[in-house]
Amino acid sequence: MTKFFGALTALLLLSLPAHAGFDETINEITAPIASAIGSFVFFKINVFGAGLPLVVLWLVIGALFFTCYMGFVNVSGFKHAVQLVRGDYADPDSPGEVSHFQALATAVSGTVGIGNIGGVAVAVTIGGAGATFWLIVAGFLGMSTKFVECTLGVKYRNENLDGSVSGGPMYYMKKGFEERGMGGFGKFMGTFYAVGIFIGALGIGNMFQSNQAYVQLNTVAGGALDGMGWLVGLILAAVVFAVIIGGIKSIARVTEKVVPFMAIFYCFFAIVVILMNFTSIPAAIGNIFSGAFTGAGVQGGAIGALIIGFQRAVFSNEAGIGSASIAHAAVRTPEPVTEGYVSLLEPFIDTIVICTITALVIGTSQVADPNFAGDATGVAMTSAAFERQISWFPLPLAFGALLFAFSTMISWSYYGLKGWTYLFGEGQMGQTIYKLIFCAFVALGCMVQLGPILDISDALVFLICVPNILGLYFLAPIVRREMISYKARLASGEIKKYNH
Amino acid sequence: MTNSVLVAVDGSDGGARALNYARERAKLGGAKLIVTYVIEWSPYSFNTPEENAERHKRREEEIERATSGVVEPAATLVAGDGIQFETVVRHGPPAETLIKLAEKYGVQQIVIGRRGQSGIKSLLFGSVASNLVQTSPVPVVVVP
Repeated sequence: MTKFFGALTALLLLSLPAHAGFDETINEITAPIASAIGSFVFFKINVFGAGLPLVVLWLVIGALFFTCYMGFVNVSGFKHAVQLVRGDYADPDSPGEVSHFQALATAVSGTVGIGNIGGVAVAVTIGGAGATFWLIVAGFLGMSTKFVECTLGVKYRNENLDGSVSGGPMYYMKKGFEERGMGGFGKFMGTFYAVGIFIGALGIGNMFQSNQAYVQLNTVAGGALDGMGWLVGLILAAVVFAVIIGGIKSIARVTEKVVPFMAIFYCFFAIVVILMNFTSIPAAIGNIFSGAFTGAGVQGGAIGALIIGFQRAVFSNEAGIGSASIAHAAVRTPEPVTEGYVSLLEPFIDTIVICTITALVIGTSQVADPNFAGDATGVAMTSAAFERQISWFPLPLAFGALLFAFSTMISWSYYGLKGWTYLFGEGQMGQTIYKLIFCAFVALGCMVQLGPILDISDALVFLICVPNILGLYFLAPIVRREMISYKARLASGEIKKYNH
Repeated sequence: MTNSVLVAVDGSDGGARALNYARERAKLGGAKLIVTYVIEWSPYSFNTPEENAERHKRREEEIERATSGVVEPAATLVAGDGIQFETVVRHGPPAETLIKLAEKYGVQQIVIGRRGQSGIKSLLFGSVASNLVQTSPVPVVVVP
């Protein structure tokens, strides 16, 4: 697959003198390949007339298992997670390291992306209102998966000679299995994951983001950018290039600071829109619950809605993909399990709060006017729902989508880079090659249509869930032991609370 | 409360003036000096993953720079005066951190230099001196 993408990148770079049909050409090339990859990864079994992709079942069972095995840590650990983020347990005598808040904010910046705006619309379009219910359930269970993977990420990270750190699933699989006397298997799994996150970074964390940012910009521009995807793509790629290769940190820093405010701004106006549609709220909520169990009008009924909901939830909050554990591994803490607690807030913020709000914006608009969005899907549909009530909102939404997309791309460029350096070492030359490939894909993302992009993106992301969850099953007992010991020390007062 | 004074240095002229004042005061009253450098830092900032991964390295560098560049030269001066002293380098929000340290060491007084910011700048960003004056539990001397 890497070879294929390499060839595709080369093709893209060679044919840069663009012409009117360039976007179309790219589309024609990618569409059949996308569907081939998609049908391989999403191999379906038939359950009550609905096709259930095995990989989704794999994730759901994993999340369910970790939720039970960790004693519903997603509920019992919630309060402690908030205390940790607030800094209640931070040692006042050694400040200056990455705080729990910072680790969480960075990881959330990476996950809150286009998926929260556009992905939910896709879920509701295909899976009906009921998909929202399963989306929330998936977010809830995903909290436990994150807990496990982020604890492991910190526990088994590498400290590089220059004092920086590298962590993530490839490292916990390699070292964790080694500890259990399965070194060879661990090495294989680590490598498999590293290859996967590298390729996945080009999909979910790259092409999908730039594509949807372009779509929203075009919508706001009233279609003036039709066929100009290559141009928007090149501009976006140039900015990403400036940050990750040019080292212009100020752009990244500004983005990282603006994104949280954009998220709050987005949620605020989303709630305003929901309140403006207040007469539709009961019906919209009713649809979510009835749709969840009847699946009326959805292919595959309730199971169909469930599948779509779960699929979109993972796509948005990344639980089970292992990407967040790469971000969390940067925290220096004597207790890896504290990072696990903090990370369980991510699916909560990302899926249970932000995605649900988006779903309600769309849901209440649908109740009020079933055809409010016309043929629009993805971000354009969400934008139309906002526009119904606040006519000027698509403009800031486009800006927000662009920023979300950008910050997600920056985060994912790092995740992919860690996969790359795991495979090829920390050498500068190799890192630059990786970053160039990444930029090329940013441009490519704007040149293809949503359908094939989503297929490739989904497929690649779900592919790395397979080794990651498998690794988590093997290593979960270690996390459980750490959690029990940590809780005991917390109860005995051995772990001090500094802020009361 | 012990006969001690916390003095904030930061490598600036204001910091140097504060140190000189504190040395005079210590010599006269036989007080112990806590020579402090606060490296401005907030646990609530937003970083990129790369910044987080390099944070530990940066922190060490910041502490090293503050120690060898500012705190050690200050300590040499103080030692030359024959004054008892301790040095502290700490990350945190400046005013809040100075207060915490003042409480920890039980000092009688905090001495800081004035940065001499323009009206608008200090209006927008506040100044360490005025924050400290507003919230400190012990007397604060602001050296102009």
